[in-house]
Amino acid sequence: MPPSVIKDRAAIVGIGQTAFGKGLPDSELSLACQAMRAALEDAAIKPEAVDGLASYTMEGGREVNVARNLGLGEITFFSQVGYGGGAGGGTITHAAMAVATGQADVVLTWRARKRAARASRPWSQQSKYVDDEWMFSRPFGLLRPVDEIAMLTRRYMHQYGATRDHLANVAIAFRKHANNNPDATMYGKELTRDDYMNARWISEPLCLYDNCLETDGALAAVIVPADRAKDFPQPPVYIHAGAQGIGRELQTMTNYFSEDPLRGPSWATAKKLWQYSDFKPADVKVAQIYDAFSPLIPLSLEGYGFCGRGEGAAFTDNGALEAPHGRLPTNTSGGGMSEAYVHGFNLILEGVRQMRGTSTNQIADAECCLVTSGEGVPTSAILLRK
Amino acid sequence: MEATYLLPDVEAQDTAPFWEGCARGELLVQTCSNCGHRRFPPRPMCPVCRSIEATWEPTSGRGRVWSVIIPHPPLLPAYADLAPYNVIVVELEEDPMIRFVGNLLATEDGPINELDPSTVEIGEPVRVVFQKVEDVVLPRWVRA
Repeated sequence: MPPSVIKDRAAIVGIGQTAFGKGLPDSELSLACQAMRAALEDAAIKPEAVDGLASYTMEGGREVNVARNLGLGEITFFSQVGYGGGAGGGTITHAAMAVATGQADVVLTWRARKRAARASRPWSQQSKYVDDEWMFSRPFGLLRPVDEIAMLTRRYMHQYGATRDHLANVAIAFRKHANNNPDATMYGKELTRDDYMNARWISEPLCLYDNCLETDGALAAVIVPADRAKDFPQPPVYIHAGAQGIGRELQTMTNYFSEDPLRGPSWATAKKLWQYSDFKPADVKVAQIYDAFSPLIPLSLEGYGFCGRGEGAAFTDNGALEAPHGRLPTNTSGGGMSEAYVHGFNLILEGVRQMRGTSTNQIADAECCLVTSGEGVPTSAILLRK
Repeated sequence: MEATYLLPDVEAQDTAPFWEGCARGELLVQTCSNCGHRRFPPRPMCPVCRSIEATWEPTSGRGRVWSVIIPHPPLLPAYADLAPYNVIVVELEEDPMIRFVGNLLATEDGPINELDPSTVEIGEPVRVVFQKVEDVVLPRWVRA
C-alpha cells in the first residue's frame, strides 16, 4: 500500500462561527464572511495570506464573492463538494490534499445557511413535474428528506429489531450535550423520554425529536500545512485521515433500489478512511456523527465499524452516546439535532474543540475524533487528532 | 402555494417507456437485451454488462411490502389535505431486488388515505393497480 499523501500533513489552526438562530437579520453571504473573519482571527492569519477555498456546491456565496468581501489574496486552489450534508468532511479533505500537495498554503472552508425560514426548505420548492430520479417517489407523497429516511428506518426496525427507545437514546444524549453548551439552540431546554414518546409525528416511525433543527448560521475553519501548524496561537488539530464515499448503485436519499439499501455510503467512506489511519474504531473515544435524523446514528455506527450489522441501535443503550462516561460520546456540542443544523459544519468545529480541549463536554483521554457527514447521500468523513 | 400534486415528467428521455406502460395498464421493468439484468429506476446503461440495449418487459404486478411510512404535516398543501396516508416500498415477487415506491389503497380507484395506514404490514402481499392523476397514470397497489 502506498503511503497516504495527506496523513497528518495538514492542520486546522483556526475556527469561527456566528450565533445560531432563526431569522437572523444578516444575509447568508454576510454570515459566511463573518464566520471566516472569526476563523482567521482565531488563527491570527491575515486574509491576504489565504490562497485556497473549499466549499459546498449548495453554498450561496461563491468563491469570488467571499474573496472580494474578505480581501483575500490571489486564490490558487478552489473546489466544491456536492450533495449537501455529505460535503462537510469532503471540504476538509480537499483542503488537506491542497496543502499537502502544495497547491495552496492557507485554505478556508465554510458553510453558511439561512434555513430557518420555512420557504427556504428545499423540499417545499419542488416544481410540479419531476424529471429526475425523484419522479419515482415524490408523486406518491414521499416528499421530504424525513420521509425518505423514515422509509429506511422502518425497514431497519423490522429487519434488526430496533425500537423508538433506541432512537430516543440518540435524541436524549445529544440534548444533554446541548444543555451544557451555551451556544447551542437547545441550551437550557431539557428533553425527557416522555417528551420524546409523546411528541407529534413527522413521518412515522419518526417523530419531531428524530429531526434536526432548522438553523440560520455560519461556521468556518482554516487549514495550513502541518509543518507550519505550531506557528499559530491555537493548539493545532491535525487531519489524520479523510475520505469521501459513494456506495454501489447508491441513489441519493431514496436508496431503496440497490441490493442492500441499509448498507449506506458510510461503508465506502469508512473503508478508505481507516485504510490509512493509525487509529481503528476501538481507539476512537469521541465522535461527531451526522444527525439530520436520529436513525442515521445507528446506521453510521455500523458503517464506520463501531459495531456489527444490525447492532447500531442496541449500541446506543446504557448511555453509550453520552459524555463523559459513555462508550462513545457522540455529538458533544448537541449536533444537528440540538446545537444547530448547518449541514454538519458545526460537527467539524466540535471535533476541533475536542482535540483542543475546549469542548463544553470535554472527553479527557481522546486522542482523535471522528467527524462524519451525511449518511444517505454521497458523503465524507475525517479523523482529527491532537 | 397552489394545492397541486407532484407528477412525473412522463416524457423524460430515459424513463418515458415506463410511464407509457402505466398508461396501458402494464408495470414494465427495463431489462438488458445483452445479459438479461433487470434494472429500476430506468437508466440508459446496464450496470452489469454496460450494454445500452434494453427491452421493457411486463412483470407479474405482484409483490410484497418492503417498508412503509406515514407522513404527517408540514407537507405540500395537496398532500397535507390527505395526511395521514401511507407510502410503501414494494419488492417485486419474481425479483425482490426490483422495488417500487407507491401507496396501498383500500379500493382500486380510492384515495391514498382511504386505508387505515396503521394496518399496513411489512411482508404483506400486494398487486399493482393504475390510477389516473390529472394527465398521467401512476402505479399504486391493493392487497393481493
